[in-house]
Amino acid sequence: MATKKFMYLNRRSSFGTVYAIESLEVVLIAAAFEQDVSLAFIDDGVYQIVEGQNADGIGMRNFSKTFHALGDYDINKLYVSAESLEERGLSADDLMPLVYEDEDDDWAEKPSVKVVSNVELSKIMSEQDVCLSF
Amino acid sequence: MKISIQINEGPYQHQASDTAYQFAKAAIEKGHEIFRVFFYHDGVNNASRFTLPPQDDRNVINQWAELGIKNADGEPELVVCIAAALRRGMLDESEASKNGIDGNNLHPAFRISGLGQLIEAGIQSDRLVVFGD
Repeated sequence: MATKKFMYLNRRSSFGTVYAIESLEVVLIAAAFEQDVSLAFIDDGVYQIVEGQNADGIGMRNFSKTFHALGDYDINKLYVSAESLEERGLSADDLMPLVYEDEDDDWAEKPSVKVVSNVELSKIMSEQDVCLSF
Repeated sequence: MKISIQINEGPYQHQASDTAYQFAKAAIEKGHEIFRVFFYHDGVNNASRFTLPPQDDRNVINQWAELGIKNADGEPELVVCIAAALRRGMLDESEASKNGIDGNNLHPAFRISGLGQLIEAGIQSDRLVVFGD
């Protein structure tokens, strides 16, 4: 099967609508297809990977821990919009420490999350074959 | 060109399905192939055969059905995501009987399948176009 570059654009916060969790479901299924997968977090989507989420008070499942599993599925290109973080008073330090093990570097643990400017992000988007927006 | 479509919003509440339909119809008229239409999120509600809009309004569900988008085996390529569908009360006959529910509401022009069908559509098509906010 052909390999294409798939990018998942996450634009909404974790809770309040269903998009974040249903996007993550697609990403996990997609992992089985061995495509070149990237995730982008822009606008309120940056909240999806903020550390220390707790959904108990609203009766929802806290699925944010699932992001830690992405590295095991070889999904390690997570781009976060610097502008979106800044607009919300957040910084890279507020994000979950998501990592993967680099098999080309003796399985060294490396960060999956990269904060990029919107200009850089649009360049990365333009290099994709498929962009799915959630 | 081989085109697939993803629809993320339900009918009547949102323009996404209508716009996607107009796009699909225009593409077919121009000689392009619609490989697959994938209904996700509330988009699964575009497949309910129980939908009864007022008589002077368009019927979003029938519009899709009339496009007759099928694969070589005659199976419908209007595909409804199973996980999103079951959460929202959209069932075909097999899911209904499997879960002991005495009815089903999937329009026969659609079929229920997994998210892999969306990824496969992205791989097989020249373009995958997403409709929704």
